[in-house]
Amino acid sequence: MRKIEAKKIRQVVADLCVEANHILRPDVLNALQRALAKEANKRARGILGAIITNATVARREKLAICQDTGLPVVFVEMGSGVCILGDLKKAINQGIVEGYKKGSLRDSIVGNPLLRGASGFGPVVIHVDIVKGSRVKLTVLPKGFGSENKTQLKMFNPTAKLDEIKNFIIETVRSAGPDACPPFVVGVGIGGTADYAMWLAKKALLHKFNRQTKKLEKEFLTAINKLNIGPMGLGGETTALAVNIETYPTHIAGLPVAVNISCHALRSATAII
Amino acid sequence: MKKITTPLNENQIRNLKVGERVSLSGIVYTCRDQAHKRLLEKGRRNYLWKGQVIYYCGPTRRPKGKVIGSCGPTTSSRMDRFTPALLAQGLKGMIGKGQRSSEVIAAIKKYRAVYFLTFSGCGALLSKYVRKATPVAYKDLGPEAIYKLEVKDFPLIVGIDSQGRSVYKE
Repeated sequence: MRKIEAKKIRQVVADLCVEANHILRPDVLNALQRALAKEANKRARGILGAIITNATVARREKLAICQDTGLPVVFVEMGSGVCILGDLKKAINQGIVEGYKKGSLRDSIVGNPLLRGASGFGPVVIHVDIVKGSRVKLTVLPKGFGSENKTQLKMFNPTAKLDEIKNFIIETVRSAGPDACPPFVVGVGIGGTADYAMWLAKKALLHKFNRQTKKLEKEFLTAINKLNIGPMGLGGETTALAVNIETYPTHIAGLPVAVNISCHALRSATAII
Repeated sequence: MKKITTPLNENQIRNLKVGERVSLSGIVYTCRDQAHKRLLEKGRRNYLWKGQVIYYCGPTRRPKGKVIGSCGPTTSSRMDRFTPALLAQGLKGMIGKGQRSSEVIAAIKKYRAVYFLTFSGCGALLSKYVRKATPVAYKDLGPEAIYKLEVKDFPLIVGIDSQGRSVYKE
Protein backbone atom coordinates (compact mmCIF):
# COMPACT_ATOMS: atom_id res chain seq x y z
CA MET A 1 0.00 0.00 0.00
CA ARG A 2 1.39 3.39 -1.01
CA LYS A 3 0.87 6.03 1.62
CA ILE A 4 0.14 9.64 0.70
CA GLU A 5 -0.18 12.39 3.28
CA ALA A 6 -3.40 14.44 3.12
CA LYS A 7 -1.16 17.51 3.33
CA LYS A 8 0.30 16.62 -0.09
CA ILE A 9 -3.23 16.50 -1.57
CA ARG A 10 -3.95 19.93 -0.07
CA GLN A 11 -0.82 21.48 -1.63
CA VAL A 12 -1.43 19.97 -5.05
CA VAL A 13 -5.09 21.09 -5.11
CA ALA A 14 -4.05 24.64 -4.15
CA ASP A 15 -1.57 24.80 -7.06
CA LEU A 16 -4.12 23.37 -9.49
CA CYS A 17 -6.66 26.10 -8.58
CA VAL A 18 -4.22 28.85 -9.52
CA GLU A 19 -3.04 27.10 -12.68
CA ALA A 20 -6.57 26.35 -13.92
CA ASN A 21 -7.83 29.89 -13.33
CA HIS A 22 -4.83 31.86 -14.60
CA ILE A 23 -3.59 29.78 -17.53
CA LEU A 24 -6.04 28.84 -20.26
CA ARG A 25 -5.70 25.20 -21.31
CA PRO A 26 -3.38 25.04 -24.36
CA ASP A 27 -5.85 22.87 -26.29
CA VAL A 28 -8.65 25.40 -25.66
CA LEU A 29 -6.39 28.29 -26.70
CA ASN A 30 -5.39 26.41 -29.88
CA ALA A 31 -9.04 25.75 -30.69
CA LEU A 32 -9.81 29.48 -30.29
CA GLN A 33 -6.91 30.38 -32.59
CA ARG A 34 -8.08 27.85 -35.19
CA ALA A 35 -11.61 29.26 -34.95
CA LEU A 36 -10.29 32.80 -35.45
CA ALA A 37 -8.43 31.72 -38.58
CA LYS A 38 -11.59 30.13 -40.01
CA GLU A 39 -14.25 32.65 -38.93
CA ALA A 40 -15.65 34.82 -41.75
CA ASN A 41 -17.82 37.17 -39.66
CA LYS A 42 -15.89 40.37 -38.91
CA ARG A 43 -17.48 41.12 -35.53
CA ALA A 44 -17.01 37.48 -34.48
CA ARG A 45 -13.32 37.72 -35.38
CA GLY A 46 -12.98 40.86 -33.25
CA ILE A 47 -14.56 39.09 -30.26
CA LEU A 48 -12.42 35.95 -30.70
CA GLY A 49 -9.38 38.25 -30.81
CA ALA A 50 -10.43 39.82 -27.49
CA ILE A 51 -10.90 36.36 -25.94
CA ILE A 52 -7.40 35.32 -27.00
CA THR A 53 -5.89 38.61 -25.75
CA ASN A 54 -7.72 38.08 -22.46
CA ALA A 55 -5.97 34.72 -22.02
CA THR A 56 -2.60 36.37 -22.68
CA VAL A 57 -3.29 39.17 -20.17
CA ALA A 58 -4.49 36.68 -17.53
CA ARG A 59 -1.38 34.54 -17.87
CA ARG A 60 1.06 37.45 -17.93
CA GLU A 61 -0.48 39.37 -15.04
CA LYS A 62 -1.56 36.40 -12.94
CA LEU A 63 -5.22 37.37 -13.15
CA ALA A 64 -8.26 35.12 -13.32
CA ILE A 65 -9.25 34.43 -16.94
CA CYS A 66 -12.84 35.13 -15.89
CA GLN A 67 -14.16 36.77 -12.72
CA ASP A 68 -16.49 33.80 -12.32
CA THR A 69 -13.87 31.44 -10.98
CA GLY A 70 -16.65 28.93 -10.71
CA LEU A 71 -17.78 26.29 -8.35
CA PRO A 72 -14.69 24.09 -8.39
CA VAL A 73 -15.46 20.51 -9.33
CA VAL A 74 -12.68 18.16 -8.22
CA PHE A 75 -12.24 14.81 -9.92
CA VAL A 76 -10.21 12.30 -7.93
CA GLU A 77 -9.02 9.09 -9.55
CA MET A 78 -7.82 7.08 -6.61
CA GLY A 79 -5.59 4.09 -7.22
CA SER A 80 -6.79 1.12 -5.20
CA GLY A 81 -3.23 0.68 -3.95
CA VAL A 82 -3.19 4.08 -2.27
CA CYS A 83 -3.85 4.88 1.35
CA ILE A 84 -4.45 8.52 2.26
CA LEU A 85 -3.11 9.46 5.67
CA GLY A 86 -5.71 11.92 6.91
CA ASP A 87 -9.03 13.33 5.74
CA LEU A 88 -9.23 13.46 1.92
CA LYS A 89 -12.33 15.69 1.69
CA LYS A 90 -10.97 18.12 4.23
CA ALA A 91 -7.61 18.25 2.46
CA ILE A 92 -9.28 19.04 -0.88
CA ASN A 93 -11.48 21.77 0.59
CA GLN A 94 -8.53 23.31 2.43
CA GLY A 95 -6.46 23.21 -0.76
CA ILE A 96 -9.24 25.03 -2.60
CA VAL A 97 -9.39 27.81 0.01
CA GLU A 98 -5.60 28.16 -0.06
CA GLY A 99 -5.39 28.21 -3.85
CA TYR A 100 -8.34 30.57 -4.30
CA LYS A 101 -6.87 33.03 -1.80
CA LYS A 102 -3.39 32.78 -3.31
CA GLY A 103 -4.68 33.34 -6.85
CA SER A 104 -6.98 36.25 -5.81
CA LEU A 105 -9.94 34.28 -7.12
CA ARG A 106 -13.60 34.81 -6.26
CA ASP A 107 -15.48 33.51 -3.25
CA SER A 108 -18.60 32.48 -5.14
CA ILE A 109 -20.09 29.75 -2.95
CA VAL A 110 -23.03 30.39 -0.61
CA GLY A 111 -23.41 28.00 2.31
CA ASN A 112 -27.17 27.70 2.09
CA PRO A 113 -28.71 27.51 -1.39
CA LEU A 114 -32.06 28.90 -0.20
CA LEU A 115 -31.06 31.45 2.42
CA ARG A 116 -27.94 32.49 0.44
CA GLY A 117 -26.00 34.84 2.77
CA ALA A 118 -22.30 35.63 2.69
CA SER A 119 -20.23 33.73 0.15
CA GLY A 120 -17.05 31.75 0.66
CA PHE A 121 -14.67 29.36 -1.10
CA GLY A 122 -16.37 26.09 -0.32
CA PRO A 123 -17.37 23.41 0.16
CA VAL A 124 -16.70 22.24 -3.40
CA VAL A 125 -18.07 19.31 -5.40
CA ILE A 126 -15.88 16.20 -5.26
CA HIS A 127 -16.17 13.08 -7.44
CA VAL A 128 -14.07 10.10 -6.40
CA ASP A 129 -13.48 7.19 -8.75
CA ILE A 130 -11.52 4.11 -7.79
CA VAL A 131 -9.05 2.96 -10.44
CA LYS A 132 -6.23 0.41 -10.68
CA GLY A 133 -2.71 1.27 -9.54
CA SER A 134 -1.06 3.19 -6.77
CA ARG A 135 -1.31 6.77 -7.93
CA VAL A 136 -3.81 9.58 -7.40
CA LYS A 137 -4.93 11.78 -10.27
CA LEU A 138 -6.43 15.11 -9.27
CA THR A 139 -8.28 17.45 -11.63
CA VAL A 140 -9.75 20.82 -10.69
CA LEU A 141 -12.46 22.13 -13.04
CA PRO A 142 -13.65 25.60 -11.96
CA LYS A 143 -17.15 25.58 -13.45
CA GLY A 144 -18.64 28.99 -14.26
CA PHE A 145 -22.37 29.28 -13.65
CA GLY A 146 -23.39 31.33 -16.69
CA SER A 147 -23.00 28.10 -18.62
CA GLU A 148 -23.83 25.69 -15.78
CA ASN A 149 -27.31 27.29 -15.55
CA LYS A 150 -28.05 26.03 -19.08
CA THR A 151 -27.58 22.33 -18.23
CA GLN A 152 -30.29 19.94 -19.38
CA LEU A 153 -31.19 16.32 -18.84
CA LYS A 154 -33.67 14.27 -20.80
CA MET A 155 -34.69 10.70 -20.15
CA PHE A 156 -35.32 9.36 -23.66
CA ASN A 157 -37.38 6.36 -24.60
CA PRO A 158 -34.98 3.46 -25.33
CA THR A 159 -36.36 3.27 -28.87
CA ALA A 160 -35.66 6.96 -29.55
CA LYS A 161 -34.06 7.76 -32.88
CA LEU A 162 -30.58 9.26 -33.01
CA ASP A 163 -32.09 12.36 -34.65
CA GLU A 164 -34.22 13.01 -31.55
CA ILE A 165 -31.09 12.99 -29.39
CA LYS A 166 -29.27 15.24 -31.85
CA ASN A 167 -32.18 17.71 -31.81
CA PHE A 168 -32.23 17.76 -28.01
CA ILE A 169 -28.52 18.59 -27.89
CA ILE A 170 -28.85 21.30 -30.55
CA GLU A 171 -31.91 22.83 -28.85
CA THR A 172 -30.03 22.90 -25.53
CA VAL A 173 -27.24 24.85 -27.21
CA ARG A 174 -29.73 27.16 -28.92
CA SER A 175 -31.49 27.94 -25.64
CA ALA A 176 -28.13 28.55 -23.92
CA GLY A 177 -27.64 31.28 -26.54
CA PRO A 178 -25.64 34.41 -25.75
CA ASP A 179 -25.98 34.09 -21.93
CA ALA A 180 -23.62 31.14 -21.55
CA CYS A 181 -20.63 32.85 -23.22
CA PRO A 182 -20.23 31.19 -26.61
CA PRO A 183 -18.20 29.74 -28.26
CA PHE A 184 -19.03 26.73 -26.11
CA VAL A 185 -17.61 23.36 -25.37
CA VAL A 186 -20.54 20.96 -25.21
CA GLY A 187 -20.23 18.04 -22.81
CA VAL A 188 -22.66 15.19 -23.48
CA GLY A 189 -23.26 12.20 -21.21
CA ILE A 190 -25.26 9.29 -22.60
CA GLY A 191 -26.28 6.25 -20.54
CA GLY A 192 -26.08 5.18 -16.92
CA THR A 193 -28.71 6.71 -14.60
CA ALA A 194 -29.86 10.36 -14.54
CA ASP A 195 -27.15 11.41 -12.08
CA TYR A 196 -24.48 9.34 -13.81
CA ALA A 197 -25.28 10.85 -17.23
CA MET A 198 -24.82 14.28 -15.66
CA TRP A 199 -21.46 13.26 -14.26
CA LEU A 200 -20.42 11.87 -17.67
CA ALA A 201 -21.40 15.16 -19.35
CA LYS A 202 -19.24 17.09 -16.90
CA LYS A 203 -16.36 14.64 -17.28
CA ALA A 204 -16.58 14.99 -21.08
CA LEU A 205 -15.46 18.62 -20.68
CA LEU A 206 -12.07 17.30 -19.58
CA HIS A 207 -11.36 15.64 -22.96
CA LYS A 208 -8.39 17.18 -24.71
CA PHE A 209 -9.33 18.65 -28.09
CA ASN A 210 -6.46 17.10 -30.01
CA ARG A 211 -7.68 13.56 -29.44
CA GLN A 212 -9.38 11.60 -32.20
CA THR A 213 -12.98 12.82 -32.32
CA LYS A 214 -15.87 10.46 -32.82
CA LYS A 215 -18.03 10.62 -35.95
CA LEU A 216 -21.08 11.71 -33.92
CA GLU A 217 -19.11 14.49 -32.21
CA LYS A 218 -18.12 15.91 -35.59
CA GLU A 219 -21.67 15.66 -36.90
CA PHE A 220 -23.15 17.45 -33.85
CA LEU A 221 -20.46 20.15 -33.95
CA THR A 222 -21.14 20.89 -37.62
CA ALA A 223 -24.89 21.20 -36.92
CA ILE A 224 -24.30 23.46 -33.88
CA ASN A 225 -22.00 25.75 -35.84
CA LYS A 226 -24.81 26.34 -38.34
CA LEU A 227 -26.97 27.94 -35.59
CA ASN A 228 -25.28 31.33 -36.23
CA ILE A 229 -25.11 32.12 -32.49
CA GLY A 230 -21.40 32.94 -32.69
CA PRO A 231 -19.11 34.58 -30.11
CA MET A 232 -21.14 36.62 -27.56
CA GLY A 233 -24.24 35.47 -29.45
CA LEU A 234 -23.73 38.17 -32.09
CA GLY A 235 -23.52 35.83 -35.07
CA GLY A 236 -20.80 33.85 -36.82
CA GLU A 237 -19.74 30.30 -37.53
CA THR A 238 -18.04 29.75 -34.18
CA THR A 239 -20.85 28.72 -31.81
CA ALA A 240 -18.98 25.75 -30.33
CA LEU A 241 -15.33 24.74 -30.28
CA ALA A 242 -16.04 21.08 -29.60
CA VAL A 243 -18.68 18.51 -28.72
CA ASN A 244 -17.39 15.83 -26.36
CA ILE A 245 -19.42 12.69 -25.73
CA GLU A 246 -19.02 10.14 -22.94
CA THR A 247 -21.14 7.00 -22.89
CA TYR A 248 -21.89 4.23 -20.39
CA PRO A 249 -24.14 1.14 -20.38
CA THR A 250 -27.71 1.77 -19.30
CA HIS A 251 -31.02 0.07 -18.42
CA ILE A 252 -33.20 -1.69 -21.03
CA ALA A 253 -36.04 0.72 -20.20
CA GLY A 254 -34.14 3.98 -20.56
CA LEU A 255 -31.73 6.25 -22.38
CA PRO A 256 -30.56 9.22 -20.27
CA VAL A 257 -28.92 12.09 -22.15
CA ALA A 258 -27.31 14.97 -20.26
CA VAL A 259 -25.87 18.14 -21.75
CA ASN A 260 -23.44 20.23 -19.72
CA ILE A 261 -22.19 23.33 -21.48
CA SER A 262 -18.94 25.14 -20.82
CA CYS A 263 -18.26 28.73 -21.82
CA HIS A 264 -15.20 29.48 -23.97
CA ALA A 265 -13.20 29.88 -20.75
CA LEU A 266 -13.05 26.13 -20.20
CA ARG A 267 -10.61 25.81 -17.35
CA SER A 268 -9.10 22.70 -15.80
CA ALA A 269 -5.77 21.53 -14.47
CA THR A 270 -4.58 18.04 -13.60
CA ALA A 271 -1.79 16.55 -11.52
CA ILE A 272 -0.76 12.99 -10.79
CA ILE A 273 0.74 12.08 -7.42
CA MET B 1 -15.41 54.37 -32.27
CA LYS B 2 -17.84 56.67 -30.47
CA LYS B 3 -16.66 57.93 -27.06
CA ILE B 4 -19.15 58.63 -24.28
CA THR B 5 -18.86 59.75 -20.67
CA THR B 6 -21.05 59.28 -17.60
CA PRO B 7 -23.45 60.47 -16.37
CA LEU B 8 -25.27 59.85 -19.63
CA ASN B 9 -27.43 62.68 -20.92
CA GLU B 10 -30.46 62.40 -23.20
CA ASN B 11 -28.57 63.59 -26.22
CA GLN B 12 -25.80 60.99 -25.83
CA ILE B 13 -28.34 58.23 -25.34
CA ARG B 14 -30.45 59.22 -28.32
CA ASN B 15 -27.41 59.08 -30.59
CA LEU B 16 -26.43 55.54 -29.64
CA LYS B 17 -27.50 53.04 -32.27
CA VAL B 18 -27.93 49.33 -31.78
CA GLY B 19 -24.86 47.25 -32.70
CA GLU B 20 -22.37 50.12 -32.70
CA ARG B 21 -19.14 49.99 -30.73
CA VAL B 22 -18.68 52.58 -28.02
CA SER B 23 -16.01 53.36 -25.46
CA LEU B 24 -17.16 54.63 -22.11
CA SER B 25 -15.28 56.74 -19.57
CA GLY B 26 -16.40 57.89 -16.14
CA ILE B 27 -18.20 56.12 -13.31
CA VAL B 28 -20.08 52.82 -13.39
CA TYR B 29 -21.50 50.96 -10.39
CA THR B 30 -21.22 47.18 -10.08
CA CYS B 31 -24.51 45.67 -9.04
CA ARG B 32 -25.76 42.11 -9.38
CA ASP B 33 -28.40 39.73 -8.00
CA GLN B 34 -28.36 40.23 -4.23
CA ALA B 35 -27.64 43.97 -4.42
CA HIS B 36 -30.59 44.45 -6.79
CA LYS B 37 -32.81 42.48 -4.43
CA ARG B 38 -31.79 44.58 -1.45
CA LEU B 39 -32.10 47.89 -3.27
CA LEU B 40 -35.71 47.16 -4.15
CA GLU B 41 -36.68 45.26 -1.00
CA LYS B 42 -36.00 48.33 1.07
CA GLY B 43 -38.54 50.18 -1.06
CA ARG B 44 -36.35 53.26 -1.17
CA ARG B 45 -35.96 55.50 -4.15
CA ASN B 46 -32.36 55.19 -5.10
CA TYR B 47 -31.22 58.62 -6.20
CA LEU B 48 -27.75 57.17 -6.51
CA TRP B 49 -28.79 55.82 -9.92
CA LYS B 50 -30.08 58.98 -11.53
CA GLY B 51 -28.42 59.23 -14.96
CA GLN B 52 -25.96 56.54 -13.95
CA VAL B 53 -24.80 53.23 -15.37
CA ILE B 54 -24.89 49.85 -13.64
CA TYR B 55 -22.39 47.12 -14.51
CA TYR B 56 -23.59 43.56 -13.86
CA CYS B 57 -20.30 42.39 -12.42
CA GLY B 58 -18.88 40.65 -9.37
CA PRO B 59 -15.08 41.00 -9.49
CA THR B 60 -12.62 38.50 -8.08
CA ARG B 61 -10.57 39.44 -5.05
CA ARG B 62 -8.15 42.27 -5.72
CA PRO B 63 -4.64 41.00 -6.39
CA LYS B 64 -1.83 42.82 -4.63
CA GLY B 65 -0.61 45.86 -6.52
CA LYS B 66 -3.68 46.01 -8.77
CA VAL B 67 -6.71 48.31 -8.81
CA ILE B 68 -9.15 45.44 -9.26
CA GLY B 69 -9.16 41.74 -10.12
CA SER B 70 -10.79 40.08 -13.09
CA CYS B 71 -14.08 41.92 -13.74
CA GLY B 72 -16.14 40.80 -16.74
CA PRO B 73 -19.93 40.90 -17.14
CA THR B 74 -22.40 38.42 -15.66
CA THR B 75 -25.68 37.26 -17.25
CA SER B 76 -28.02 40.27 -17.43
CA SER B 77 -31.30 38.38 -17.70
CA ARG B 78 -31.12 37.39 -14.02
CA MET B 79 -31.61 41.07 -13.21
CA ASP B 80 -34.63 41.46 -15.54
CA ARG B 81 -37.17 41.21 -12.72
CA PHE B 82 -35.64 44.28 -11.02
CA THR B 83 -34.68 46.41 -14.01
CA PRO B 84 -37.95 48.21 -14.94
CA ALA B 85 -38.24 49.52 -11.34
CA LEU B 86 -34.67 50.88 -11.41
CA LEU B 87 -35.22 52.49 -14.80
CA ALA B 88 -38.34 54.18 -13.41
CA GLN B 89 -36.09 55.61 -10.68
CA GLY B 90 -33.73 57.22 -13.17
CA LEU B 91 -31.16 54.58 -14.07
CA LYS B 92 -29.96 55.29 -17.61
CA GLY B 93 -27.56 52.54 -18.61
CA MET B 94 -26.70 48.91 -17.97
CA ILE B 95 -23.68 46.84 -18.97
CA GLY B 96 -23.85 43.05 -19.08
CA LYS B 97 -24.04 40.03 -21.32
CA GLY B 98 -26.90 38.28 -23.08
CA GLN B 99 -30.51 38.98 -23.90
CA ARG B 100 -33.15 40.92 -21.94
CA SER B 101 -36.87 40.22 -21.47
CA SER B 102 -39.51 41.99 -23.52
CA GLU B 103 -40.54 43.89 -20.34
CA VAL B 104 -37.01 45.24 -19.97
CA ILE B 105 -36.84 46.21 -23.64
CA ALA B 106 -40.16 48.07 -23.29
CA ALA B 107 -38.90 49.86 -20.15
CA ILE B 108 -35.63 50.85 -21.89
CA LYS B 109 -37.72 52.41 -24.64
CA LYS B 110 -40.16 54.07 -22.25
CA TYR B 111 -37.49 55.66 -20.06
CA ARG B 112 -35.05 56.37 -22.91
CA ALA B 113 -32.21 54.30 -21.52
CA VAL B 114 -29.60 52.02 -23.08
CA TYR B 115 -28.26 48.49 -22.56
CA PHE B 116 -24.65 47.72 -23.43
CA LEU B 117 -22.80 44.46 -23.93
CA THR B 118 -19.16 43.98 -23.17
CA PHE B 119 -16.76 41.11 -23.89
CA SER B 120 -18.02 38.13 -21.92
CA GLY B 121 -15.46 35.86 -20.29
CA CYS B 122 -12.76 38.51 -20.70
CA GLY B 123 -12.49 39.76 -17.11
CA ALA B 124 -8.68 39.98 -17.11
CA LEU B 125 -8.65 42.16 -20.22
CA LEU B 126 -11.51 44.37 -18.96
CA SER B 127 -9.72 45.00 -15.64
CA LYS B 128 -7.15 47.02 -17.63
CA TYR B 129 -9.80 49.69 -18.31
CA VAL B 130 -10.55 50.26 -14.62
CA ARG B 131 -8.64 53.08 -12.96
CA LYS B 132 -10.15 52.97 -9.49
CA ALA B 133 -12.52 50.71 -7.54
CA THR B 134 -14.20 51.71 -4.28
CA PRO B 135 -16.84 49.70 -2.40
CA VAL B 136 -19.84 51.94 -1.71
CA ALA B 137 -22.57 49.66 -0.32
CA TYR B 138 -23.38 46.17 1.00
CA LYS B 139 -19.76 45.21 1.74
CA ASP B 140 -21.07 42.11 3.53
CA LEU B 141 -22.07 40.72 0.14
CA GLY B 142 -18.40 40.24 -0.81
CA PRO B 143 -18.17 39.99 -4.61
CA GLU B 144 -21.81 41.10 -4.83
CA ALA B 145 -21.18 44.40 -3.02
CA ILE B 146 -21.74 47.63 -4.95
CA TYR B 147 -18.42 49.05 -6.20
CA LYS B 148 -17.93 52.43 -7.75
CA LEU B 149 -15.60 51.92 -10.72
CA GLU B 150 -13.78 54.69 -12.49
CA VAL B 151 -13.26 53.46 -16.05
CA LYS B 152 -11.40 54.82 -19.06
CA ASP B 153 -12.36 53.84 -22.63
CA PHE B 154 -14.24 50.75 -21.45
CA PRO B 155 -15.19 48.79 -24.62
CA LEU B 156 -18.93 48.32 -25.24
CA ILE B 157 -21.41 47.33 -27.92
CA VAL B 158 -24.89 48.87 -27.88
CA GLY B 159 -27.13 45.85 -27.15
CA ILE B 160 -30.50 47.62 -26.91
CA ASP B 161 -30.83 51.26 -27.91
CA SER B 162 -33.27 53.87 -26.61
CA GLN B 163 -35.72 52.99 -29.37
CA GLY B 164 -35.89 49.43 -28.04
CA ARG B 165 -33.97 47.83 -30.90
CA SER B 166 -31.99 44.73 -29.86
CA VAL B 167 -28.72 43.59 -31.41
CA TYR B 168 -29.93 39.99 -31.12
CA LYS B 169 -32.81 40.75 -33.49
CA GLU B 170 -30.75 42.57 -36.10
